[in-house]
Amino acid sequence: MEKNNGKEIKELTDVTVMFAGDSGDGMQLTGTQFSDTTAFVGNDLSTLPDYPAEIRAPLGTTYGVSGFQLHFGSGEVYTPGDNPDVLVAMNPAALKVNLPNLKKGGIIILNKDAFDKKNLALAKYESNPLEDNSLAGYRVFPVAITTMTIEALKDCGLKPKEVARSKNFFALGLMYWLFNRPLDPTLDWVKEKFGKKESVVCGNEKALKAGYYYGENTELFAARYKVAKAELPKGTYRSISGNEATALGFVTASKLSGLPLFLGSYPITPASEILHFLSKYKRYGVKTFQAEDEIAGISSAIGASFAGSLAITTTSGPGLALKTEATGLAVMTELPLVIVNVQRGGPSTGLPTKTEQADLLQAMYGRNGESPVAVLAATTPSDCFYMAIQASKLALKYMAPVILLTDGYIANGAEPWRIPHVDELEKIEVKKRTDPEDFHPYDRDENLARPWAVPGTPGLEHRIGGLEKANITGNVSYVPENHDLMCRLRAEKIERMQNDIPDLEIDGDPEGELLVLGWGGTYGSITEAVNAARRAGHTVSRAHLKYINPFPKNLGEVLSKFDNILIPEINLGQLAKVIRDRYLIHVIQFNKMRGLPLKTYEITEKIAEILGGAK
Amino acid sequence: MSDKIDVKELNLTPKDFQSDQDVRWCPGCGDYSVLAQVQRVFPTLGIPKEKFVWVAGIGCSSRFPYYMDTFGMHTIHGRAPAIATGVKLANPDLSVWVATGDGDLMSIGGNHFIHACRKNIDLKIVLFNNRIYGLTKGQYSPTSEKGKITKSSPFGSVDYPFNPLSLALGSEATLVARTIDREPKHMKEMLARIAEHKGLAFLEVYQNCVIFNDGAYSDLTDKEVKSEHVVVLEHGEPLIFGKKLDKGIVLDGFTPVVVDLNDGKHSVDDLWVHDEKDKGPIRAFILSHMTDSPDMPTPIGVFRQIIKPTYNEGVVRQIEHIMEEQGEGDLEELLFSGNTWTVE
Repeated sequence: MEKNNGKEIKELTDVTVMFAGDSGDGMQLTGTQFSDTTAFVGNDLSTLPDYPAEIRAPLGTTYGVSGFQLHFGSGEVYTPGDNPDVLVAMNPAALKVNLPNLKKGGIIILNKDAFDKKNLALAKYESNPLEDNSLAGYRVFPVAITTMTIEALKDCGLKPKEVARSKNFFALGLMYWLFNRPLDPTLDWVKEKFGKKESVVCGNEKALKAGYYYGENTELFAARYKVAKAELPKGTYRSISGNEATALGFVTASKLSGLPLFLGSYPITPASEILHFLSKYKRYGVKTFQAEDEIAGISSAIGASFAGSLAITTTSGPGLALKTEATGLAVMTELPLVIVNVQRGGPSTGLPTKTEQADLLQAMYGRNGESPVAVLAATTPSDCFYMAIQASKLALKYMAPVILLTDGYIANGAEPWRIPHVDELEKIEVKKRTDPEDFHPYDRDENLARPWAVPGTPGLEHRIGGLEKANITGNVSYVPENHDLMCRLRAEKIERMQNDIPDLEIDGDPEGELLVLGWGGTYGSITEAVNAARRAGHTVSRAHLKYINPFPKNLGEVLSKFDNILIPEINLGQLAKVIRDRYLIHVIQFNKMRGLPLKTYEITEKIAEILGGAK
Repeated sequence: MSDKIDVKELNLTPKDFQSDQDVRWCPGCGDYSVLAQVQRVFPTLGIPKEKFVWVAGIGCSSRFPYYMDTFGMHTIHGRAPAIATGVKLANPDLSVWVATGDGDLMSIGGNHFIHACRKNIDLKIVLFNNRIYGLTKGQYSPTSEKGKITKSSPFGSVDYPFNPLSLALGSEATLVARTIDREPKHMKEMLARIAEHKGLAFLEVYQNCVIFNDGAYSDLTDKEVKSEHVVVLEHGEPLIFGKKLDKGIVLDGFTPVVVDLNDGKHSVDDLWVHDEKDKGPIRAFILSHMTDSPDMPTPIGVFRQIIKPTYNEGVVRQIEHIMEEQGEGDLEELLFSGNTWTVE
């Protein structure tokens, strides 16, 4: 055991920290800074921002608590952690909301200044938990964060309100000390962000340093912690959230295809950030249109696709519902279009800021008529980058709409991303029709795609639309056999995408007693759960779907090799339904809908239940 | 739009704009007239054929694109302005037209319409207003008069109608005009005006539905009476109408009043002189509401035209400006931006 400044340094393999406070306390910023610095020092990590839908819920109340959970370690980290080891609580409400989830014996760092009568009452505490022994069994560190922040910032020339706002940086500084992290990345960020506002720079710097030195000088903490660097593959990394990765993926697809990018979108939580990011990328020729509603968002994208752009629309569940009819138009007109649905808790307005996987069936089947679209799902924050490119590629090659499902958790969560070089990425081939000779708007190539003949091309004037079209000629057709043929062609086109998607990979034995099958954003939880089950002596295989329509070619065969298939989902069994329907097999479901990622231990327990104890 | 090309050089005729599809509107439908005039006007505009795009929603009139040999899209109910917006933004070089009806634009598509107007997107919207739902076989529409007896209002509708021109003016459309299906010459003139306008141009066409609402505009179209009921707006000209051109309109405060030019009390010099370039929208509003009053003639012509930068120009300029200032974006640089670190 090392000693440092008279204090013991304990080495840990992984830690889960929860920062919690009022929604105006800057907890998301604190968490993001801690994540960035943690990534910077070489840990692997995964984050889970958890905030209320209200922008500033009444101060001090439990429903106004905003949290940011972060799991980091020296090994591979797949999830933001089931239960925090450390809770930073800026007020009684934050303690009340997060205590039940904290590990037994966990560390609580709390702002004791906030534990006054008023705040205790707002959090509906009958007695002060600092005094009533209810926190016995935890390691509690009450710190006068407010008082010390005021003292530290007295010469910065800030107003009392601004001073109060800096206390999150005191907490951040203290956490940097406790976990042996450098201050520089955050200090640099402060300078870059507030450069000209000297008083604000002063406030943030002083609060951060005051927190750090408090840890160093006080007798309160007997030990500090160290988490060694993770062994990550060589390369240049950055911390990336799913929404940013999605935006970057589309800009990259635009570059790789040589097509201008058009986004038609309407703000909706938790998808708006993609609109924000893409709106910044004017230098990359990106056109963003903030439409009057969800329907205009997708409609404008369909218009832009007709006119020759790589066209996308971004939304969340309620927005996807509104885009239903227009999605059908894109199916009928056979235009390339990518629809991103950052899934959130539903139905209706549901849980806007929470995660869920319950839009799978909506994406698959939620349209009138036989209306097949490709359905893809990203697995992790950085995977959103690759799946955005892949969705664009399939839409363009097959002249068809593609729905890309992400979710609130991977959209807002972050992880280290090994950045690819642009020249490592495969170009996207685009065929636009220019030859008027023998042109027919619904002619078909070897992939059954019709020609993309964009307005402005001489001699290719033609009409498309929502009425059924005769194959080849594209004229309006009510001929019975033609409609049957077209319905089959549109479905076949999506099926043929199987040729462009990779086979499903199996982690573990290719046959055996149990396969755990997941899709999309549960990748982390399921991977960690299966790894834990193996450590407990179970033999279990794992596979994760990123392509749901069409499924990978080998899925049927993979499934046939296992006695049991377990499908954990954050819904009531939507993938399970599709798998049963397609392969006529029995599957075991594991479903939890709490607006949160699945807990790994629950999946591990389910695995043990199926396999009947360690073998 | 790019610079015009010499009409002679393009050598286009109305026939070049006729598609090979049979036109399937009911015999006698006012839509035929609009189609014919559009096909006459398009060759005169100096725009190559491949640069026209027609976008339509749902309804009888929305079949329009199928009959025009241009690029076209027959879309879904009410969404044509939004789809046309995407077309125009993706390629500002195109001349983008919307064919729509009173149900399509004023009811289900109302939101898209007002926002396209507000943003001044360079679209030409032609509203075929027959004051009835035709394709669904005769229900009252948002422009039907109150008390209208239809299949869905057997005891008379209790709704108040929209005044499409007031709505367009209130939403800040930059060119607002009206014509009538039975006035081909006037319609041609109006079509040319909206074609040449840069910004959102809205043309309401009073269109007769022979099946479900025949005669809705007979006062304005019957030879015997029409000149008593229609006043043609011309920029810089006084508002005069009547068979013998003996009636005029004066503006009394905010109230338009019909005066007799033969009564010895009023002369042409007293009349309201139409100013379509009027900076404020008030006078155009007053004109648009004249249709609501049984004592006033119905104005046709350009109610208002103002020039202001279009949304699509703004989008392009902003991109150009930022590229000029910061240079074209380098993707590699973007991917590698932010706090990066290297694992050796």
